[in-house]
Order: sequence, then structure tokens, then C-alpha cells
Amino acid sequence: MTGYLAAVAALARKDLRLELRARDTLPAMLLFVLATLVVFHFALPADVGDDPAYGLLWVALVFTSLLGLARAWVPEREAGALDGLVLAPTDRSAIWLGKTIASLAFLGAAEVVALPAFVLFFAPLDAHALAGVVLASVGICAVGSLVSAMAAASRGREVLLPLIFLPLAIPIIVGGVGASISEEPAKFLAFLGLYDAVFAILSWAAFEYVVTE
Amino acid sequence: MAEAPLVVARGLERRYGARRVFRDLSFELDRGGALVVTGPNGSGKTTLLRLLVGLAVPSRGTLEVGVDRAGLGFVGHEPLVYRELTALENLDLFGRLYRVPERRERIGMLLERFGLWDARGERVSAFSRGMTQRLALCRALLHEPALLVLDEPHSALDEQGAQLVDQELAELAGGTTIVVATHEPARLDAFATSRLALGAT
Repeated sequence: MTGYLAAVAALARKDLRLELRARDTLPAMLLFVLATLVVFHFALPADVGDDPAYGLLWVALVFTSLLGLARAWVPEREAGALDGLVLAPTDRSAIWLGKTIASLAFLGAAEVVALPAFVLFFAPLDAHALAGVVLASVGICAVGSLVSAMAAASRGREVLLPLIFLPLAIPIIVGGVGASISEEPAKFLAFLGLYDAVFAILSWAAFEYVVTE
Repeated sequence: MAEAPLVVARGLERRYGARRVFRDLSFELDRGGALVVTGPNGSGKTTLLRLLVGLAVPSRGTLEVGVDRAGLGFVGHEPLVYRELTALENLDLFGRLYRVPERRERIGMLLERFGLWDARGERVSAFSRGMTQRLALCRALLHEPALLVLDEPHSALDEQGAQLVDQELAELAGGTTIVVATHEPARLDAFATSRLALGAT
């Protein structure tokens, strides 16, 4: 178990190091989420109340995550690095978990900027909404890391990723919006927690079959 | 009693869609042996090597390899490293994944041996093809594999680099089982124990 976690830590650290060096993904995510919120600010009529704004927040977060996930496996596609990882004698799910943790760090950084901007432009966020964002982010990155690995192995990766990921993200949006506006947010937070658990286990178990013949 | 061969292939066939790369391929390789695989482009040398390391599976036939992933070292057509990490960072990452004991010492020794010590802090994207190939060899040897599989290891190397590879392979031969696909089989005459010539399909 220690060896597994050490491998996960080494893989996640590698992704963070690559991003700090290349700055390919995070600046794009930050600019995208801010630009999206600004566009929504002008697109949303002033008299519609707060509820539609919460829906737009989730649209912004899901599409921002998609931007990051589309680039998640680019370093592994170059120079056959993924084959190098697949050949290593560590459980292959460690590759997925390392990527999920790194993706979560990038999405979290984007949210640190996006959420204050949302409060500034639209409406306040209570503890339930914030808990919803945290739980949804885990689900987005767990499923997204698997799906983006599948897409990266195919020829039409730019098209395939949103085609598979967005339908899988619908429950996350339902749970996130529900946690933000419902009078029973606990129900939606539990739903998000269940989604995270189920899809994290499925992705963890399925990853081996995505990266091997 | 004689030791069982490390690699046993029986009736191997590999197809990509309708295209058959090779068929009915059978061979054995003893522990400590060195198999040299030759053949024209497209004859399936790379495919056979990818089957051996488990990156591909046969379409038909059986292939038994008597080592697990921890005992496999592979140099393919691509270097299997991260271009935006330095040589040292790449080897440190793979050293951790392979749980190499005394990792730093082993990495330092390999970088010295392959003439990359002075470039250890440079990103691989700044390396020449020859330097990248030498780094790929360092990565493959990092964990002292029992079975070393090399796909055209002399490609992109100048004569000095190629001689370094020959010397390294000669030192490993006998202890480490080696499979090399090459267009220059004469370079490996000194230690090759068996040969496999693949035909064009």
C-alpha cells in the first residue's frame, strides 16, 4: 500500500511539475472560467433572480474542467511516455489516481478564482453550495481522467471527450445545482457523494483496460 | 535438469485488422541468451517486441515470458520518457515507480556511463536524438531487468554512442536475457546466441 501511494504521489507530482513548467493548462482554465462568467453576467437579465445564475456557475465549471481534461494526457502521448508508465510494475490504477489528483488540483485552482468572481457578479454561495463544488469536482476529475485517457487513445479525441464526458457529467450538474438552490441540500450532497464513490471505484477498476490491449 | 526457457512462443500470429503482420512464429529463448531479430521494414520486428513486453497481445498462438513487469526493460521506437522533464527527473520518476533500491546512486551511475551526467538538468526536449536514445537506455536499465528488449537501439546514435551500446550489451550478455531487433546484426555477433529472421508480409 505504501508503494502504491508513493507511486501515486510521484505521478501527481510529475503532472504538477510539468504544468508549473509549461503553463499549458491552468492559465487557459483560469481565463476561460473568468471569461465565461463575464459573458454570463451580461447575458443574464437582471430581473431573473439568483437561481439561473447557479445553473450557469455549473455550466462554467464543467466546461472549464473539460478544457483541462482535454490536455490531461498530452504529456503521456508525447514520446510514448504512457507506454513507459504502463510497463512499470505498479498497479495501473495508480496512473489514473495520480492524474485524477493533478486534475483536481488544477480544477481547484480555477475554482479559487471562479467562486469569488461568481459571488462578485451574481449571488452569494453558502456552505452547501461550496460542499457541492468540492464533491462535484472529485466526481468530474475521477470520471474525466478515465474518459480523457480513452479519448487520448483514439483518433478523434477532441470530439470523443465531450461526447462521452458531458452525458456522464449530467448527474454532477443536477447534484451541484440542487445543493446550491434546494431547500434540502443534504439530499443532493449525498447524491454527489454516492456518484463520486461509484464512479471513482468504476474508473479505478476500469483504467487498466483503457491503457492495455 | 535443464532450466526452462525464459521465452516460449508457439504459433504466434498478429493482425491489425485485415493485415497480418506475421504468422506461425515459434521460438524459444533461454535465460541469459541473446536473440537477434532481423527483417525488412514492416516485417513485424516492433510488433514482436511489443508482444514480448506485454504492450500488445497475439491474435493467435501462445507467448510465455518468464518474468513480470518488474523484470522487463524496454527501449522502443520512442524513448518512453517525458519531454518536458529533465533527464534526472525522468529517471527519478521511473526509479520510484520501479522501486529501485539506492535510486540516486543507480541513476548517477547510469547517467555517467551513458555520458549524460553533464546534461542531467536539461529537459529532454532540448536533447539531440542520440542523447534521447541514450536516456531511453538508462531508463530501461534502471531497475536491472532480467529481460532486456531493445528495438533498434543503435538508431539515432553516432558511432561512439553505438559502440557504447555494444559494450553495454556485451557486459550484460550471459546474465541478462536480451532481445534486440536490428538492421545491423553484425554488431551483435559477439554475444548473440540465436537469431530470428522475419520475412516481409
